[in-house]
Order: sequence, then structure tokens, then C-alpha cells
Amino acid sequence: MTMPRRYFLKSGALALATMGLSPSFLRRTVFGMELPAAAKGKVLICLFQRGAADALNVVVPFGDKSYYQLRPNIAIPEPLRGQGTAAALDLDGFFGLHPSLAPLKPLWDRGMLAPIHAVGSPSSTRSHFDAQDYMESGTPDRKATNDGWLNRYLATSGTCEASCEPSPFRAVAMTQQTPRILAGSAPTVAMNTLEEFSVRGGGDQTARLEALYRTGSADVIHGAGKDMFEAVKMLKSANPLQYQPQNGAEYPKTPFGNHLKQIAQLIKSNVGLEVAFADIGGWDTHVNQGAATGALAQRLDDFAKSIAALTADLGDRMDDVVILTMSEFGRMARQNGNGGTDHGHAGAMFVIGGHVRGKQVYGTWPGLAPEQLYEGRDLALTTDFRTVFAEIAGRHLGASKMDALFPGFSPHGGLGLLG
Amino acid sequence: MSQVRVLVTLLACAVAASSCGQSATASAGGNPRPSFASSGPREQTADQQVSHVLSRLTFGARPSDADRVRSMGVDRWMEEQLHPERIPDAAADAFFGSYETYHRSPDELEQKYPRPQTVLNQLGKSPTAEQAKADSARLRELQLAQRRLLTELQSGRVARALLTDRQLNEVMTDFWLNHFSVYVQKAPVEHYLLAQYENEVIRPNALGQFRTLLGAVAKSPAMLFYLDNWESQVDSNRLRLNAQGRPIPSVTPLQAQRALEQRQRAGLPMPAGVNPQNVQQAVAAQRRRGLNENYGRELLELHTLGVDGGYTQTDVINAARALTGWTLLRPPVSAFAFKPQMHDAGEKVLLGHRLAAGRGMEDGEEVLDIVARHPSTAHYIAFKLARRFVADTPSAALVDRAAKTFTATDGDIREVVRTIITSQEFFARDAYRGKVKTPFEVVASTLRALNAQPDSTPRTAALVAFLGQPIYGHQTPNGWPETADQWMNTGSILNRINFGISVAANRVPGASALGWNGAEALKNAPLDQQVDGVVRALLGGDVSVDTRAILTSGANPLAKFPPLKGLPQIVGLAIGSPEFQRR
Repeated sequence: MTMPRRYFLKSGALALATMGLSPSFLRRTVFGMELPAAAKGKVLICLFQRGAADALNVVVPFGDKSYYQLRPNIAIPEPLRGQGTAAALDLDGFFGLHPSLAPLKPLWDRGMLAPIHAVGSPSSTRSHFDAQDYMESGTPDRKATNDGWLNRYLATSGTCEASCEPSPFRAVAMTQQTPRILAGSAPTVAMNTLEEFSVRGGGDQTARLEALYRTGSADVIHGAGKDMFEAVKMLKSANPLQYQPQNGAEYPKTPFGNHLKQIAQLIKSNVGLEVAFADIGGWDTHVNQGAATGALAQRLDDFAKSIAALTADLGDRMDDVVILTMSEFGRMARQNGNGGTDHGHAGAMFVIGGHVRGKQVYGTWPGLAPEQLYEGRDLALTTDFRTVFAEIAGRHLGASKMDALFPGFSPHGGLGLLG
Repeated sequence: MSQVRVLVTLLACAVAASSCGQSATASAGGNPRPSFASSGPREQTADQQVSHVLSRLTFGARPSDADRVRSMGVDRWMEEQLHPERIPDAAADAFFGSYETYHRSPDELEQKYPRPQTVLNQLGKSPTAEQAKADSARLRELQLAQRRLLTELQSGRVARALLTDRQLNEVMTDFWLNHFSVYVQKAPVEHYLLAQYENEVIRPNALGQFRTLLGAVAKSPAMLFYLDNWESQVDSNRLRLNAQGRPIPSVTPLQAQRALEQRQRAGLPMPAGVNPQNVQQAVAAQRRRGLNENYGRELLELHTLGVDGGYTQTDVINAARALTGWTLLRPPVSAFAFKPQMHDAGEKVLLGHRLAAGRGMEDGEEVLDIVARHPSTAHYIAFKLARRFVADTPSAALVDRAAKTFTATDGDIREVVRTIITSQEFFARDAYRGKVKTPFEVVASTLRALNAQPDSTPRTAALVAFLGQPIYGHQTPNGWPETADQWMNTGSILNRINFGISVAANRVPGASALGWNGAEALKNAPLDQQVDGVVRALLGGDVSVDTRAILTSGANPLAKFPPLKGLPQIVGLAIGSPEFQRR
């Protein structure tokens, strides 16, 4: 049986983690010294809004007259017309945030938040399944791609020289199963909770189980087992659960809020996290989606409060962090007969971070007049999502093998999102 | 024995060039050895062979299985498993009597469990606050009822693997459901289509003729929907047929747009669903429709020839063109129908075969004939079966022999499997415990070893998902991986170990850690006797010296481990052990 190279490498550095040394010491010796300059301590947090978020009511183009014609019952009132919190939060005189995104407004004001509009997949598909697949594989209209673009990044960019072993927590998805975006040959960890990443037995069972995997043949099962026991000990030693939210951060008590809180704990415990992933559902608002209040507003409330808590909690660490939000496509420009919106085309993303060039809305606005709509119905696409992904992978994480990440795609320079 | 089979066996023996028929059947008590013979000497010991066939041809041994195989003889037992139609399966069938959704057609299921979205659309728009409240309650009810569809599909797969005596047929059902993988979350309607897919399309053909299976899959609503063939239709520049199957002149999108605009100007009624406000949209939609290559591509790449099977992009397009009109009677649920109006009746060339112009449904049938009989298909299916049953990287010689059987028998799956499981390679020393279990196999083999009761709730199926293999949950059409390196990583081994610990704590529905024969009697026995009992029940009586030493170390007062607290803990360790991850 062939064995992946990583199982042969005896992780001398990692073994330190089992000796009860302090997390800061770990950071310096295990990871800090050997990281290449470009990737040093940088973290990318990808957040997927599954179900196709209604971009036109998230980043509201109140300056486009057609918007209010297309959506007589569900439009978000423009900033001056609305009563109190029931109106869009003005960004630049043309775009505004949905009022439920108020927790993100301070990030805009501080120049840390960059919305991108009319962005998404060039594929014409309106299938959730296909569109999520393409966004995560990074290869629109190519179903044969087996891995995700984030995994291709991990597989082609080492954190250190060939002689060192990457942290088992280099890529973590706060999900039950490994998401498509992280599927592939590079090792990743998927977990629902940090508590879950431990052997549940008592010491009598656990000690024997570890012994079972430390003896016997050097095969792929024993290799994975040894790696796992080291990772569990490393996590136990770093003890991320000791890090309580700081700077007054209050995470919503929702699955999404809990997942973001745990991503912050992993970052603060310095276990070598480089790529984190979480998702949030409930965006498929075909029926009664509401306007300034209602179903969509409730989803946005959880979304915004969780992200605001994460950025507050991370404090100065946000200088090394980029948060990237995405959703498989936008929704129809015109409201449907059920007070909702059907599947559309282009959408919106948020890029948030300490060195993000925020306080401006990126992308070219294609307009919402009938002749400007894609196939006569949807917001047209002006920015390929790969342009954004490539820019962040390259400029933030230091990825260089862009043709491996996005085969056959030339980004033609980026949007200039990062300072 | 059929003439074909004699021929195949002779061929196989000639290839192996060694003493055919050395079958190391265990103390079989004078059972006649079956006349089909293995193709070489067997390296595995008699005990290993018993354990091996049970781990490869079933979802794991139940407590009495090893004795039965030993007394029947390995070869006779395998022959029995190759003929599921001769094995009564009353216990399994009885369990599914309580499954409401199991033997209903897609249409019946859609009526009985309507999609919440559809019902809401019928309720109309802008409800008052009171109406909205009532609608929400109704929505919740419908969602709950809908959940039953998925629960029965997923729990049914685990229960069948646990209960059925037609184990090899179920292993093959698992193989084909993965080969012809479909994804239940593609859209809500897929929930209505999978019971039929599993029970009528896959399972009855699992050891049958490949061409029959391929045809049943091609016409199944589940696959038609999953790979979009139901909406694939003739491009506007191709020869088309009318509803009676006669050729009609083609219409370009531009002509269609002009025609619509003329009607609009003349004040004539528009076609159904088109109004002056959405003419542009309707034309765009018309333009967007046309050929969908999705199924055509996967048919060649995944279902038959394999990715290196020697086809071109033109073959993909022409296969898709030939299969246009293979659709659903009343989409998106309903049953298979051929609709001539959607069919591309132009001439096509596929893999060197010319399909004449002006034909209808027979185009698609001929495509399936061509690909089912292509030498690359024989090789690809033989390779995948050898990888499933023998080793992650099966020998080229074995794959070649199995491919020859495939060709010689016109794709008789039973005979291809027979060639593989009676081969020298199958009984080689390296093959023994040479495969890593999938999460489904981990759970099923645990339940079988512990004589568990089937679970009709979603909980056991959720454990399979927790271990990384949600049932009908593989998004992409290539199915779950088959090799060890894909299943083994830090997260997966941790989850498997924790699964063993939860079995020990009796937290798995229907399963008692002491459900195996003789467990009660060993409850207060000395530790080494307990360990021997557990090793017999869960690990086929065979563990490494190291493993046994670690399990029994508590018996020694000088041992380095704290003492274990009872027999269930040993069961948990056995399930979490490296040996249990193998089959």
C-alpha cells in the first residue's frame, strides 16, 4: 500500500505540543520560525450563505430607480425616506446596507468592510446544487473537478519548507462534513464543535486506543491514528476553549454564531489555523421574504451580529485576517407573486479585514433597467468570483500557483481590495 | 454449468498457469466442492478464507456466520450468495412492511407528501396575518411529513444491510448505487425518485446483465433528473421531429423571436405562459434550452467507458444528442417518456458507429448498446469490481480476466463477480484485510456483529453521515471514494474511535455492546477470556500480538494502563482498533 508522505515525517516539532508548553511558545517554535513571509500568520475565513442570498436587498442599490419598480412590496426604503431603522443604511449615496446589517456599519466606517456587487459565477445555471458546486470547486460549468479551490491552495502552497509538517489545524471547517471547497488531497479537519475534537473515552480506553495506533504496521490507518492523537493533544494543550470573547463581543446563540466564536478561539490559541470555513443556511427566500423586517431580515440579523462579534473579538488580530462571504447566486431582480424572489444570477460579497481597502463598494454596476438585466430578469454579472478568490488567495495568503487554483482563468489584475 | 462459464474458467486457469482448483475449503464434512474452480492456489489459511469472504461478500459477519460458512465450505457458500434469487429473505422484507414510502411510485409520493413550496404557491399571494400564521403551521406540517421520505430512504439502506440474507446482492446494490451515484439534495423532487431507483432499478439488477441495468438507470426518473437529461432537447439548428415522430423544418431563436413579435403586433394570443411583458424573457429562455450534455458526458466518463476510455468531446455531444427526448412524462416527477418533439433526429457518429438520421428513441437504445459492449467498458467495470472486492490497486492480470468474462458473457455481472471472487488474487495473503471500510461498512459491520435490531428512526443513518458518508449524500456524480487514502485522515479516525466508544456506552440505537453470542457468559470471566470472546465476535478471531497484548494488559498488575471497567469497554476498543477499520 502506498503511503502519503506526511505519515513518514515524524513530527518532532508537533510533539512539543504534547509537553504542556505555552501556546505562545508553540507559535514561535512550531510555526512562527518556519512560515514564509507571505503567509505568516495570515488567516482567511470563508463564510458561505447557502441558498442564494438576495443581494439586491442586502447591498441595496437605492440610487437605481428601477429597483423600486421591480420590487413594489419588498424593496428596502432609501435612507432619507424610511422611518428610523426601516430604511437602507447609506454607504455612498447610491448603495445602502439592509438595516439588519447595522452591526457591520461600524466596519464600513472604519474602512474595514468592502462590499462587492454584481459578482458571481459566469455559469448560467440557476440550480443551487450546480452553482454551489462551481463556487466551491472554482471551476464554473466544469463538473469533473473533484477538489475544492481552497484545498488546491493548501495542496500547492506549503506553510513551510518540505521538512516540516503542517499543523493539523491548518484548515478547519466548522461543519459536520468536509465542505466541497475544502475537499481534496491536502489534509483538513471538519468538526461541529471544538469539544467534539477529542477522544470521548476515559483514560483507560484512550490510553489503550492510542497504544493500538502507535504499535503495529506503518500503514495509512496507523498513520492517520497517530496524527490524530497528536492533534487532539495539541488542541488540548493549546486549550482554545479558555479564550472567552474579548472587547465586549457578543456572539448570537445560534449555530452560525457558535461556529464563528470557535474560529476565533482557534485563531487566538495559535494552533496554526490558516483557512477556516463556516456556512449559514436559510437564504432561499421564494416566499414572503419581507423587506426591512421579516424572514430575510432575520437571517441577516444572525449573519451580521455573528460577523460583528467575530471582528470585535479578534481585535488587532483582524490585521492578519480576511473574512470573505459568498452565496451561490443572487435572486431575481423582480419580486415574484409570493412576496419573495426566485433564483437569479449575479450576487454580492463582503470582504472584511484590517488591511482591506474598505469604505467603498467594488464592482461595476450593470443597472436594473429592463435591457440591462441578464436574460431579461436578473442582475447581470460584471465580476467573476474567481477574480476575487484569486486576489485574496494571492495577496492575502501568498498563493502563487494561480493556474492550479483556477485552471484556465486569467484574473486580469484584481479589484484592488487589499492594501 | 453453462458452456460459457466452462470456457471462462478454462481461460482463467490457462492464464494463471498453475494448479487450478486447489480450494482450501475448511472442514466441510464431505461437502462436494463446486465444479467452478478457483484460478490458483489460495494463500490464505482456511480460517482466513472464512473471515475474508464474510468481510468482502457481506457487510460483516453476524455471530453465527463463520460457523455456517465453515460447515458449508467457502465455495458452496459463495455460490449460494451469487444466486440471491434462491435465498429467502422474509426477515428483511417483513421489516420494510412498516415503511410507508418504500414501494410507492414517484407520483404517489408527490401526492402524499407534497412539497411545501408547491402548496404555498397554490395558496396564493399576500395572505393576511392570520392566513400567514395558518400557512406557516401547514408548512411546518408538510416539512415534517416530507422528512419521512428521507428517513425511510436512509434508514432503509442501513436496515437492509443489517438484515438481508442476500448479502452479496446488497453489497452489489451498494456498489451500483455508488457507480450510478445520485444526490438526494439536488432538489426536493429527488426525494420522490430514490425509493424507486433503489428498489426497482438497482437492486433487482445488481447481479444481472449490465446492459439491462444501464438501460434501467438511463430511464429512471432519479437519473434523468439528477443529470438533467429530462430537459435536454434538440438544438434549434438540428433536424427535429413532431409529436408523431415525423421530421419538421427547424426554427431558429431569431425566427422564434420575430414570430412572437409579429403575433404581439397583430394582437394575436401568445403561446401559453408568454405575455407582452415577458416576450424577451421567453425568447431568452427558449434560447437557453437545448442540448444538455451532462448525462451524455457522465454516461461515457463514469458509467461505462471511464475517463480514459477513448472517447472525444464529439462523442459526448453525439451521445447527448442521441438521448434527447428521453425525458419525464410530467416533469419533474412522474415516469420515463420519450418525447419526439425534443429529440435530435439528425445523423450522429458515436465511437465510430453511424446513427442514421430520422430516427427516434432507438437512437438512445443504440447508444446504450454501443457503450455497454465497448471493450473500455468491460475493462472499467472489471477494474472497479476488482478494486471493490480485492485490493485498492488490483493486478492487471485479474482485471484482464474479469474484463474477458464481461465480454464473453455480454456483461453478465454475476459471472464477472464470480471470476473475481474465486480468483487466486482474491485469496492472496495481501488481500486479507487489505481494504479499508467505508463509514457505511463500519456502522453496518458493527450492527451485524452485535446482532442489533434495525432502527427505523434517522439516528443510525445519521451516524453514517457523522462518520463522513451521508446516504444518497454525495454531491458529484463520481460517487464515494473506494480507496484507503481517501477515507483515512485525522478527523475520520477520531470519529471512528468515538463511534466505538459510543457503542460501548450503548448509545447506538438497537445495538447492545453485549449483543453477541456468549457475551453474557463472559461478563465476569477473566480479562483474557473476555478479550478472546470480543476478538472472535468483532475481529474474526484474528488480531496482532501487539493488539492482543494491549487489550489484555489490564490483567497484569504491572501493566502500564489503568484497568478496564468491564466487557463493553473491550467491545468499544475493538471497534476503535486499526483491525476493525479493515475488511
